[in-house]
Amino acid sequence: MSFLIFESLKKTFGDFVAVNDMTLSVERGEFISLLGPSGCGKTTTLQMIAGLLPPTSGKIILDGKDITNTPPNKRGLGIVFQTYALFPHMTANENVAFGLEMRGVGKVERLERARSALDQVKLGQFAHRYPKDMSGGQRQRVALARALVIEPPVLLLDEPLSNLDAKLREEMRIELRLLQQDIGVTTILVTHDQEEALSMSDRIVVMKQGDISQIAAPLELYESPTNTFVSNFVGKTNLIQGKVAGNNEVMVDENLINVDTQAHSQGCDVTLSIRPEKFKMSNDRAGHEVRIDAAIFLGSSWLYRVSGSMGELFVSQPNIGSAGYAKGNIAWLSWPDDALTVFGESE
Amino acid sequence: MINLAKSTERDKTPYLLTGPGVVFFATLLGAPMLMTLLLSLHSYDFTSGIQSDWTLANYIDVLGDSYFHKIFARTFGLALLVTIICVLIGVPEAYVLSRLSKKWRSIFLLVVLGPLLISVVVRTLGWALFFGGNGILSMTAQALGFGDAPVSLMFTFTGMTIALVHVLVPFMVISVWASLQKIDPQSEYAGLSLGASNFTVLRRITLPQIMPGILSGSIIVFALTASAFATPAIIGGRRMKVVATAAYDEYLSTLNWPLGATLAILLLLANIIIIVSYNKLIERRFAKIFE
Repeated sequence: MSFLIFESLKKTFGDFVAVNDMTLSVERGEFISLLGPSGCGKTTTLQMIAGLLPPTSGKIILDGKDITNTPPNKRGLGIVFQTYALFPHMTANENVAFGLEMRGVGKVERLERARSALDQVKLGQFAHRYPKDMSGGQRQRVALARALVIEPPVLLLDEPLSNLDAKLREEMRIELRLLQQDIGVTTILVTHDQEEALSMSDRIVVMKQGDISQIAAPLELYESPTNTFVSNFVGKTNLIQGKVAGNNEVMVDENLINVDTQAHSQGCDVTLSIRPEKFKMSNDRAGHEVRIDAAIFLGSSWLYRVSGSMGELFVSQPNIGSAGYAKGNIAWLSWPDDALTVFGESE
Repeated sequence: MINLAKSTERDKTPYLLTGPGVVFFATLLGAPMLMTLLLSLHSYDFTSGIQSDWTLANYIDVLGDSYFHKIFARTFGLALLVTIICVLIGVPEAYVLSRLSKKWRSIFLLVVLGPLLISVVVRTLGWALFFGGNGILSMTAQALGFGDAPVSLMFTFTGMTIALVHVLVPFMVISVWASLQKIDPQSEYAGLSLGASNFTVLRRITLPQIMPGILSGSIIVFALTASAFATPAIIGGRRMKVVATAAYDEYLSTLNWPLGATLAILLLLANIIIIVSYNKLIERRFAKIFE
């Protein structure tokens, strides 16, 4: 039996369905991300796990026990809030020790354990600072230490990195993931940042308007999304409208494209998805002819916006040290057949 | 050189901008205060009026007279008591207000702040009707069998306290309300998630965070009570004099203006000393915690 189970979890606010019949099993020690745009129900789900919001219907089972109606202060979960929610009138050490105090741990022991939790997040020397004297990254780590020191069965992270600047965020992703694997705590991360979800999770739950769109490991989610929403939300992609023209052939405008069409019958409208980096761009006059509309240098790669008979496409090519294709030039695109994914829905 | 000239020019700007305000307060507040101070340094003779000498006799009189000791003690005792009661009523009131739904909150906020919309004299006269020997309070008490004779809270310390609390509680509510608005509601959730009960969250997480609001509300209520005139004059009357009403009587009944001025100056000094030292205490305690 899985460690944490949601059984048809549902939450409505009046007529609005925030979370619709969500069923999910999380294994012990797993790092799960709830990923989706704002309003998709991911934060509502987190608040229901935390006990801060009662579900309309459904069950939450933790380690074999039904905790659906357990109040938040009896669940013992560790939560890192988006705003960190540190207690401004307590030092870092007192903040971290608070949860232990509530568990009746003696003063000497709890201060010692708080101190070593702060050491774990590399903040040992800031133990006696107040939150207002710390940077965003430091506050974030105090919040993490405070959530972890009580040795929670589940760690809940509510967009914990969204208030940090880009560089620090990338460092913290790695640090947080390593720490989580080190401790082995079951973790649920709520985020709207697909890179964050891809880089940290064991599995990602993509949510859309209260429903689960797809559950998959990061690589699988990126390489084989099951619908256009996921392919478009997770990573960048080009969506191309077409019609199944024959066995493993799709007609897009005047172009006949080879792709596996097993699941779709002839004459169906389909949407093709191909990621910008799957294209190969060349001058060799073979493949799909396009004109370069815009060329943007991104350091590690070039991003082109091109147009041709398949419409407007985004193409990403790695930077190999030479000048890229200039705006207004003609180039040719080719791609391996398996780079394309076909969806029956036409967007 | 050009830079230097520019910077001295810029240095004048703040003075020019604050100039009108300074002139306004200097003429309308500073001048009367200074005249009151000078007046308090003259002696008074019952037959020939204010003398043109310079003396500290008035101060020595007031500071050495047990009659005035009692009035000062009553004034600051009243201020302290009113402040404490305002904390006990105003803090829970503000907290409950912050927990109400939006609709009820605006209704109750209006109810709480309502007393401020009515003139303090009118409100106090209302209390006088209520407290009087044949007022509603007395009649209700008699009807319920608490006594045969009419009870009156007029001209009593209790009556003054009740009326002043009513007048001043809104200031405490506003002050605490403002600091409640600044609290991150997630910090209360964080307390809960760490295993604290609702009461512990209130005591250990919420209350410390609204302390600055409580303390600044206390300063406002204390200062306003200590210098209150209308309510003590109407409810306390001649029998329950406070410093403000005593000064008024010296001016208008005894016509001993220098003595009245002395009382006014001493009240101001005492108020300043108490408030400034209290403020220092707060700053030392909270400056390192709150931004």
